[in-house]
Amino acid sequence: MVTIDSGAIVRPPPGRFAAFWRSFAENRGAIVGLVIMVLLIVVATAAEVVAPHSPIEQFRSSFLAPPVWAEGGTGEFLLGTDDLGRDILSRLIYGARLSLIIGAVVVTLSLAVGTLLGLSAAFAGGLVDIALMRLMDVLLVFPSLVLAVVIVAILGHPSLLNAMFAVSIVTLPHYTRLVRAAALSELARDYVTATRCAGAGTLRLMLITVLPNCVAPLIVQATLGFSSAILDEAALSFLGLGAQPPTPEWGTMLAGALQYYQRAWWMLTFPGLAILITVLAFNLFGDGLRDALDPKLKR
Amino acid sequence: MLQFILRRVSLIIPTFVGVTLLTFALIRLVPGDPIEVRFGERGIAPERLAELRHEAGLDQPLWKQFLDYEEQVASGDLGISVVTKQPVWTEFTELFPATVELSVCAITFAILIGLPLGIIAAVKRGSPFDYGLMGLSVTGASMPIPWWGLMMILIFSVGLGWTPVSGRIADAFYIEPWTGFMLIDSWFSDDDGAVLSAISHLILPAIVLGTIPLATVARMTRSAMLEVLNEDYIRTARAKGLGGMRVVLVHALRNALIPVVTVIGLQVGTLLGGAILTETIFSWPGVGHWLVESVQRRDYPVLQGGVLLVASLVMLVNFGVDLTYGFLNPRIRR
Repeated sequence: MVTIDSGAIVRPPPGRFAAFWRSFAENRGAIVGLVIMVLLIVVATAAEVVAPHSPIEQFRSSFLAPPVWAEGGTGEFLLGTDDLGRDILSRLIYGARLSLIIGAVVVTLSLAVGTLLGLSAAFAGGLVDIALMRLMDVLLVFPSLVLAVVIVAILGHPSLLNAMFAVSIVTLPHYTRLVRAAALSELARDYVTATRCAGAGTLRLMLITVLPNCVAPLIVQATLGFSSAILDEAALSFLGLGAQPPTPEWGTMLAGALQYYQRAWWMLTFPGLAILITVLAFNLFGDGLRDALDPKLKR
Repeated sequence: MLQFILRRVSLIIPTFVGVTLLTFALIRLVPGDPIEVRFGERGIAPERLAELRHEAGLDQPLWKQFLDYEEQVASGDLGISVVTKQPVWTEFTELFPATVELSVCAITFAILIGLPLGIIAAVKRGSPFDYGLMGLSVTGASMPIPWWGLMMILIFSVGLGWTPVSGRIADAFYIEPWTGFMLIDSWFSDDDGAVLSAISHLILPAIVLGTIPLATVARMTRSAMLEVLNEDYIRTARAKGLGGMRVVLVHALRNALIPVVTVIGLQVGTLLGGAILTETIFSWPGVGHWLVESVQRRDYPVLQGGVLLVASLVMLVNFGVDLTYGFLNPRIRR
């Protein structure tokens, strides 16, 4: 019997979310990451309203105009224009939308397929398990960018869609392994046996009993996967194997700056900064999530 | 130990066969018939095409073709470049030393900087230095490498004029490719200044390629050191009255190094993947640049052979790391 000191204020124990939030909010980096992410999402959704110009409109009177604070810059083009007279700020804003879509599509695709494969491997065991895991080993042997390049080559012609598909396959093994490991450790628990004895079918066991308990590491992996998807996609586009001009994709903008960056530094600097800040925000957020969701790792 | 090695070998063989299956599929999945692609725009008469397909074994059932391919790979025949007509293996061996040279310098840079920084951060845990370093480490890991490389060129080559923009050595020097490693070859050449030229060409690409490994090494060293510094034997060592430096560098570091060495070994994949970008940015005549060009030129035999070699290399190094780890740590031999 627990006696409570009469003077103490009795609070209900914090809910799961409150507990998570308290631990998450301790991490200043994670909060910075979250704020940047929210800002990015707002800007990306409201691109039409926020962007001063169209991302592909060419202003023939101002090629390679410098940013507003540099000598010769005008307030019309805050971050300057590129070699075709397009407003860099507007291209970056539309590029943010594209990058977030890329991240979301890649993560959704590899997360969905990876979860399915990981659960199948864990539940089926035996040959299916061995075959799937050896397949993942094979994919993991290739350096990620090398594999992505190969897949783009197989798909024939470089495009944003093909690059997204390639990056999804490259990140697939991580999810598959993670889900398999988490599911295997859950499968050994009593509650799973109990549910099975109660007559639950395999599908129910997989998706309703086991999967929700594997979610924490998956959320972390998905957040970090988001940032690597954006990085890999930008790298492919930079090599000319991803989004094609005139798409306002950040990696494509970097590739477009190749010929001009020595006299127009702004063409190179801003798209790269955009990628760096976005990826950094997701990484900081992901690290914070990991610390908050997995107390074991926390020091 | 022997059992451990055998078990590892039995794991690596199916993976290797899987890799060859993927590279085998690569050349069949790319759009266009390999023979027709070779003749390109000129076209080829249908009878001749059938004849050549027969010669190349392309009219055989797929499983037979795969077995033939395995046999070919086993005998070291990786095909012939469509563009240069050179054997893929010859091209690879000519370019590979450049990539190794760059990668070795990059990982050396990462270790020389990352290891001490990680140790200091762990010892001064919670200090501004620690927070600053961890912030930099996340930033390094988030770095878009193409941008980073070009910014370095913009600042150090274009702006300050300290280093050249591309290549391995100034055109003024002719260096006989003896080992293929420019630093060594230029060292033994009679030209004064050749070594300096080679170093100035190497330094920026090495830093750019080493950035992500640097972030990883610093972070890993810090967390491994933190773990070890909490152990009882460290407290015992301190209690014996040993100096702080000695405890950190001798007692703690030796035990913290095992996971760090593993992580360094596993950077080989990162380096070879990163070489694709770094070599393209700096026109470094290595394997990464070669692979990208092979895709752009649709030189599929080169892509197929090159990718197989890169994957085999990663596998071999991982295998080596595994064995070393098992050798150092009997517990994982099981």
